[in-house]
Amino acid sequence: MFANFDFDVIRRSLGYLFFDGMTFTLTLTGLAALGGLIFGTLIALMRLSGLTVLGRVAGLYVDLMRSLPLVLVIFWFYFLVPYIGQWVTGSSRPIHVGAFASSLVTFTIFEAAYFSEIMRAGIQSISSGQPGAAQALGLTYGQTMRYVVLPQAFRNMLPVLLTQTIVLFQDTSLVYVLSIPDFLGAASKVAQRDGRLVEMYLFAAIIYFIVSCFASFGVRRLQARIAYVH
Amino acid sequence: MNYHWNWHIFFEPSPTGTGDYLDMLLSGLLLTIETALCAWIIALTSGSIVGVMRTLPSKAASWFGFAWVEFFRNMPLLVQLFIWFFVLPELLPPSWGLWMKQMPNAPFYTAAIGIGLFMSARVAEQTRAGINSLPRGQKLAATALGLTTAQTYRYVLLPMAFRIIMPPLTSEFLSTIKNTSVAITIGLIELTGAARAMQEFSFQVFEAFTGATVLYLLINIVVVIAMRFLERSLAVPGYITGK
Repeated sequence: MFANFDFDVIRRSLGYLFFDGMTFTLTLTGLAALGGLIFGTLIALMRLSGLTVLGRVAGLYVDLMRSLPLVLVIFWFYFLVPYIGQWVTGSSRPIHVGAFASSLVTFTIFEAAYFSEIMRAGIQSISSGQPGAAQALGLTYGQTMRYVVLPQAFRNMLPVLLTQTIVLFQDTSLVYVLSIPDFLGAASKVAQRDGRLVEMYLFAAIIYFIVSCFASFGVRRLQARIAYVH
Repeated sequence: MNYHWNWHIFFEPSPTGTGDYLDMLLSGLLLTIETALCAWIIALTSGSIVGVMRTLPSKAASWFGFAWVEFFRNMPLLVQLFIWFFVLPELLPPSWGLWMKQMPNAPFYTAAIGIGLFMSARVAEQTRAGINSLPRGQKLAATALGLTTAQTYRYVLLPMAFRIIMPPLTSEFLSTIKNTSVAITIGLIELTGAARAMQEFSFQVFEAFTGATVLYLLINIVVVIAMRFLERSLAVPGYITGK
């Protein structure tokens, strides 16, 4: 079964796979998680602001993103981002946007919907006495959120946020549909060039498996520690 | 914006020769629903079995359940589909591999099984959580009444556990529907694939994706309403789950 395996093809492409592919995947995961968290927190604050219009808009946004498959959203933004860029910069033609920038915008906007649900749960988990006390101390809304509510919400939700980041790490493989060389894309390019699909896809699967396993093991340990502190 | 909008494109004949572009999207929608239903049947049956195994007193059973969940949860769905589609036929005996490659509708079967197994890990986690959320007294009382383990699960634990996990299962089913779009990479022309094909044939990018978006929203609305109805009709009076 493994008799005509060519392990050398993996060894030869290691540099390309990790320096180009994995770097792309990890950078995209990290930046999109950060962007998703920032926008997600803003959306969560909009939903909990008590202002009907703002809350409704944020709710619609979250529901829309969560009902669409990521692949479709990737296609949407791949074609939409050049026009958004044109609109922002005021140029006369749709601007050229690179593969990385386009995927980063897509994943940030898409993940913001999911992160906002997590942050909303986190904010709601803070007992209402705390913002009340903050207000009684004379803190403004911004200060209450900044110094009292959000730090605790973030800490309580850290394991869930990290789990969502692992999901994001796996989901970045879907940029394959745009032939972008992320880790899987790089593996697939080598696989097709050398006709070595079996070796390359199995190798990619093993690497994804190891990274995700270690990450979720870490999250579980973190969760145990946080639970202990409480 | 210098994009040329043409909303009539949906009623223009598609180059596939099987009607207009709207028909193309609708046949994609049909394939999405078919794939999702098949995958969901696989996910629900295997996921429930694995989830139950993780709560059994047997060490071997709970270890098997743990391994199953970790295996299918820690690899991207896309990679799993590639393994089933490209790698598995090469690793099997040549005659089996050839049979798999020559099978008509291979992308459909691969997608249904691959997405089904991927989702089964999530269903298993929900089932386990549902069973563990029941008060311990239920299991003890069933044992005290002389029920076997199988009977305890069949008549006491599972009927309540499944009612409790109905809302998360609804979102897992919605994920299954959304995940069928990943099968575009192995050549399944489901709804996203149909929109992509329409975009390539007609150059009307945004109309094609808007069409697909609207159809996905419709499926979501229908599923959410149907599940709410199902939840209400299965509710046990006196339990919060029936709310």
